[in-house]
Order: sequence, then C-alpha cells, then structure tokens
Amino acid sequence: MTEILDSEEAVASVIREASASGTPLELTAGGTRRGLGRPVQAARTVSLAGLTGVTLYEPGEQTLVVQAGATIASIREMLDGENQQLGFEPPDHRALLGSSGEPTIGGAVAVAASGPRRLRAGAVRDALLGIRFVSGTGEVLSSGGRVMKNVTGYDLAKLQCGAYGTLGAVTEIGLRVVPKIEVEKTLAIVGLSDAEAVAAMAAAMKTPTDITAAAHLPAWAAKELGFGDAMTLLRVEGFETQAAYRIARLKDALAGHEVGEIDSDPWPAIRDAMMLAGDDRAVWRLSVKPTDAPGIVAALTDQMQCEAFYDWAGGLVWLACEAAGDAHHSAIRAAIAPGGGHATLIRASDTTRAAVPVFQPEPAPIAALTRRIKDTFDPKGVLNPGRMRG
Amino acid sequence: MIEMPKPDAAVIAKSADLAARLRRILPDEQVIDNAEELRAYECDALASYRQPPMLVVLPDTTEQVSKIVKLCAEYGAPIVPRGSGTSLAGGALPTADSVVLGLSRMSDVLEVDFDNRTIRVETGITNLAVTGHIQHEGFFYAPDPSSQLACAIGGNIAMNSGGAHCLKYGVTTNNLLGIKMVMADGEIVEIGGSHLDAGGYDLLGVICGSEGQFGIVTEATLKILPIAEGARPILFGFETNEVAGEAVAAIIKAGLSPVALEFMDKPAIIVSENFAKAGYPMDVEALLICEVEGSPEEIEEQLTRIEAVVADFNPMTVMRSGSDAQSAKIWAGRKAAFGAIGQLADYICLDGVVPLSQLGNILRETQALADKYDLKVANVFHAGDGNLHPLIMYEANDPDSSRRAEELGADLLRLCVDMDGCLTGEHGVGIEKRELMLDQYTERELRIQMALKNAFDPDWLMNPAKVFPLELIETRPAA
Repeated sequence: MTEILDSEEAVASVIREASASGTPLELTAGGTRRGLGRPVQAARTVSLAGLTGVTLYEPGEQTLVVQAGATIASIREMLDGENQQLGFEPPDHRALLGSSGEPTIGGAVAVAASGPRRLRAGAVRDALLGIRFVSGTGEVLSSGGRVMKNVTGYDLAKLQCGAYGTLGAVTEIGLRVVPKIEVEKTLAIVGLSDAEAVAAMAAAMKTPTDITAAAHLPAWAAKELGFGDAMTLLRVEGFETQAAYRIARLKDALAGHEVGEIDSDPWPAIRDAMMLAGDDRAVWRLSVKPTDAPGIVAALTDQMQCEAFYDWAGGLVWLACEAAGDAHHSAIRAAIAPGGGHATLIRASDTTRAAVPVFQPEPAPIAALTRRIKDTFDPKGVLNPGRMRG
Repeated sequence: MIEMPKPDAAVIAKSADLAARLRRILPDEQVIDNAEELRAYECDALASYRQPPMLVVLPDTTEQVSKIVKLCAEYGAPIVPRGSGTSLAGGALPTADSVVLGLSRMSDVLEVDFDNRTIRVETGITNLAVTGHIQHEGFFYAPDPSSQLACAIGGNIAMNSGGAHCLKYGVTTNNLLGIKMVMADGEIVEIGGSHLDAGGYDLLGVICGSEGQFGIVTEATLKILPIAEGARPILFGFETNEVAGEAVAAIIKAGLSPVALEFMDKPAIIVSENFAKAGYPMDVEALLICEVEGSPEEIEEQLTRIEAVVADFNPMTVMRSGSDAQSAKIWAGRKAAFGAIGQLADYICLDGVVPLSQLGNILRETQALADKYDLKVANVFHAGDGNLHPLIMYEANDPDSSRRAEELGADLLRLCVDMDGCLTGEHGVGIEKRELMLDQYTERELRIQMALKNAFDPDWLMNPAKVFPLELIETRPAA
C-alpha cells in the first residue's frame, strides 16, 4: 500500500516518524523507475507524486523550479509552449521495465536519467540549479537556488542526483532548461560495422557542428526500428541556414561515407531503449570511453549470447544478455576494467538484482567514503535501504 | 575586517621538525621555511589579507602529495592547497600554522585524446595552457575565467570557476570528467575518467567547488571541444539599465544562444571609453555586447535575429561587427574595463548573482548604496546568467575608505540573496564571504554541509578557515 504525500511538510513528518522509530521507508513518486537499483526492503512505502506544484517558470531566464512529483509529461507540455525543453532528454523507463504510472521529474533526478542529448547538453546533474530535500532525520534543507551560476557552499544538489533517494527525499528541483531549435535533422550512414561507426561518430564530433545526439544501431537493433541494415545516426540542429551549413560540413568531414538524411525520428526509441523492451533478458548500461566500446562488445559477444547498441557517440552501450545466474556481471565488469568505466544492471528480476551488484563496485576507500556520506544524511538508515548497496 | 583563527602554538613549535621530515620526501629546495621566501605565499589576489604560512612544499608527484598529507596529519598541521594563487576570495590565504601545498611544479599534460575529446592534466597547469596544448588540432577547453593566463586547473576545480563563455559551454563542473585526488588520510583515489557520468554518488560533482576542503586534486580529465569557425559581436546601447536587462531576457527567451552576453553600466562605460577609446556611445546608460559564433553565414543569421529581437527595446546604438578589426574594437573597451578602473582607484570585485528579472533593480539599489557609503561603483558583468561583478572603487591606504568598501560589498551581496540570488557565482566563498553564509543558508543547512566535510576530512585539516563562519567552525561537534 503506497501512501501519496502532497506537501513537503508531510514528507518531513513521515521521515521524522520513521527516523524516531527506526522504521525503513521506501520513497517513490510516479513509480515507473522502481525496478532500477536493488529492491528495497521497507515496512512502509510513501510516494511524493502528490507534490506537483510549479514554483516558478521564467522562460527569459531558462529557469524552472518544480516540485518532485511534477510529471515529465506536464513539464514537457509547459516548456513546449515557450519553445523550450529539458536538455537531458529524460528516458521513459516504462516499456523497458514493464512498469506503469507517470514518470516524474523527481524520479528522473533520483536515478539521474539522461538520454541521447546528454552528449551535448549535459546530464540531469548539469541542469540542476538547486534543490530542496528532507534528510533522513526529517530536516528540510536546501542547496543551490534558482540562478544560473552559484558556487555558494558545497554542491549538495549534485550529490542528491543519482542517489536513488538514499540521501534524502528531494521535494523541489530547480533546473536550467534549453531552447528548442527550429530545425532538427537526422543524418544516417547505412551498413557500418560497430568499429567503423564509432570512428565515424568520433570524426563527426570533432567538427564544430554542435551535434545533439550520435548513436549506432547494429543491424539487429536497426531492424527493430524498421530499418533494413545497421544505422549510424547523427542529430543536427540549428536555425535554417545554420542547419544546412552544419549538414554540409558533416558530409564533408565524413567524406568516405555515403551520408543521407532520414525523415523519421528515431531518437525517442533510442532514448527509451525500445529495441530491448518486451523480452526477459538482462539489460546493462555501460558507460565507457567511446573508442573502447566496440572492442568491449566484441569481447563480450565471444563469451556470451548478447546484443548491444550504442548511444553518446559510443560512450553509452546498451547490452542485453541472458538473465540466468549472475546476468554475466563478472564478465561484463572484467571487460570494461582495462579502460575504465562503469556498468549498471538496468533490468533483471528482483532476485538477480538483490544478488548481483547492480552498480559498479567501488574501491575500498571510495566505498568507505560513500558509507560516511550516507551516514551523514541518513544516520538511521531509513531512506530506501538497500537500493544502492546491500 | 575578516578574522583568522588563532594559530595552534603546538603545531608551530614543531615546525622545524616537520620541515626536516618533509625534506626526506622532497628535495631541500622544494620545502620552504625561511621568512623571506614564505612571504611570496602570504596572499592570493585578495591582497588586502596577508599571512605567511608556517611552511611551503612544492611536490612533483601525487605520491609525494600523499606522503606530505600523511605527515602533516601526524603533526596536526593544516594544509592550504594552492594552484596559482589567483583567488579573489582568499581561497588560498594561509593560516600561520599551515603548510601551503603548491601545485606549480605539477603542470604536465599527461594524455590528449582527440577521438574521445578529453585531455588529462596535472592540476598545476594553467587554464590557458590546456587550450594551448590542443588548439593546433582545432580544440579548446571551454571554461575561461578572466585570470585564465595565470590561474591553475586545480584552483578552477576548487572554485568551480566559470568565465565569459559559460552561458553556452557551462562552468568547470560541466567540463570535468575525472580526477585523481589525495584524500585527507593520504589515500590516493580516482573518480570518474574518460567516460561520462561516474557511477555511485556524484562525488565528482560535490568535490568540484569544495574549495580545496575535501582533498588535494592532483590530476584531472577534462572535456575538450572543437573550436567554432569564427565569432562576431554586436553592441547595443540602451536608455536605462532596466531596458537593457529586459533585452537580455528577450534574447534568451527567443532561443538565441549567444556565446557571451556582457553588460556595462554608465560608470563602467565612461571609464573604459576614456581608457581604451573603443568608440562606445557616451549618451547611453547601459551597453550590451552580445557575441555569436559559427561560420560566416551562421553568424549573420544569428546576429540578424538578435538585432530583430532587440529592436523592440529601442536601442539608442547598434554596432554590428563586420570584420575582425571591428570585433576587436567592440571588445577593446570591455577587456580594458578592469585595468582602466584599476588605474583610477583600488577596487574590490564582487561576484553576486541575481535572477535576470532583477537586473534593473539590483543596479538601481547598487547606486543608492554606493551613494550612501560615498563610494563609486562600476558594473561590468556576464548578463546572460545574472552574474554581477560590481567593482567598488576605494582607497586601500585609507582605513575608513577600506571599511566602507567592505561594508558596501557585504550589503550588496545580501541584496543579491534577498532578490533570490546568491553570494558568489564563480569566485567562491573563501574567507571573503565566509561570514555572510548565514545570510544565504540556515544554520541547519550549513551544519549538514559541515557534516559532509567531516566525511571527507574528519580533522578539518584541508584549507582551514574558509567557507563557513568562524564561530560555526570553532564550535562544531567532533566528527
């Protein structure tokens, strides 16, 4: 039974109670991303979905301050009216995780959900101007604010982003939003191997054309989206003249390839990893050095039954493999170890996610620091216990 | 006057002993303990505050830094990390019982990777030298604080530095991918790397901007970007500051993303024009310099759109650059502004931020306060993000003038906070704004930040007496 809270005071009061009695709480909002991270063992589940207020929206300052339960859909609609958008292009996890409900901004901040545009516009954390949150002892605190530049004190907003609600219940979020650009085109190269594709994307990224997304779909993934063969995709934006110039410049930089334009918009499907939705394989997200990515995938393909596609010019690998056993966690982590990076288990059963380290294991000094930080914000360990580590 | 904590006599008593042991880690000349040479480290760019440290060490490697940190911890000696000492906030001001750890000898470029668009450097390297290493391939490092010729990447990370171009490219934290850091117990850790979004808690995000209080960052992996083909400014003059502020908001609302959007008020225009003869209009109250970049066609398209948006605000002057020479002339006055004011008087450069909608208000209140304290204030700042840099002119040799200037500065920063802004946009808190932190945050909010410092540095030896009000530091509960 999930209790829906509708005010910051209610959140603070519930957490104070939990802290006093030492009763663990599961914090949610829309509930669509509950399957991310490790399963939480908590006596009580509360949702911040009732905190839906818009505190402030100033298009002329590119500034939005909203409560955590505001839905992504309602925010998109509001920003759309002023030709603006969320720069980090948050993914919708419903299809991939088989969840229902409405994705919220609080959920996107908690799990640091960034999509294809992250390559250019930055991640959720880069858009954060400030937050209000309730600590594990029920104190209402704020960090940062609503202005574009702020180095007054430590940046606690970044610490809360991607902490999966284990360091506080984030109640209000200040964000920098970005303009929507007039012309949006997708360039495509057909039929490249993974290694050729990553090299082509690197060449494209070296041009000053402000590419806002770069992905490679090997044949299997391209076919899922209705294309005939492997597709290497570049999203170009700009004003009329600007976009035309940028496309010409990119074609020039990719002179060895045949570069075409496609009419459809593949980016929402890439953002949400729709090619991996609807089956029961384990899904991993690997964040690696872009040029390492094809080698890592090739090595893993030799060892196991798996399929992968690439976003962020190769820096993000989505990989699906058999879910049995440890969901190949040892093999995957061993493959990324030489060049550095991290792997996160995005989709697997509760049992697997409880048994396998969902997040990249940390070296001892970092793990100890992480524990001290957790104790600082949540000394009784009542907020989403177990969500990030056992 | 800002006070510094009472030095620990027990630590100072063992200074010679500590110096001798530091010389087992470093060559003799890289441990400084004579009074004359120590004086070179007595202040940073907030030069009105001076205090020679107990010792200075100049290591060459991360391993040496680790050994130094462990040894200082054994002696209970605080460490003041120092890049180039260009902090305007006293971020590198020593205490009398401290060891300054200077990074100037650690300035190598370790790896350049154009395919992955990253560079790995030692943090003593200057900001501009980073770009210097990559520009032959058409790349640059985006954050560009105005001290970029001198300031070190280590200091940029400590203060999360910005610059004139951060409206488009973000500040240091948005361009930092990984670090190697020596923690307070001497442990060497690596966080992040060439990949995006390091896993686990965003330690990188909270270390950047922690003013050297969480550890010593010795290496950094930075994001690098392709250089735009060209850039051109357009200059507008307005009848009032308010109208200029509204024009800024309209440009941004229209989705035009200039790479720089600089604002000068009347006192700044007069001083700069007299000095640089840039041809600025003298009949306007406010100037905006708006720069866009791209190919020649892209630039023309953007400037035309910006001009159309600004036309609604009846600019009294429009000067659109059509050549490199005209661009240089438009920028000449702006670039000369600080120097020109420096020739007239001593000045304090503030760094408050307000929401754009408050620009007109804050400038009006600034002049009213300046009159009250009988001082002159000129404003030259990054308008796109509301980051003000009021320059308070005063006489450093006159104690009364100095006192009035400090009080006016504090009042102006409080005003920024009251207008929903903040105390500092890019310079950091340092010692300068330490006592104003309770105007921005509740005591409870500062206490949780202090508790976070405990998690990194339980004995509070890293960069002492900065960021938090002295009384809170001295009465903090034990970690």
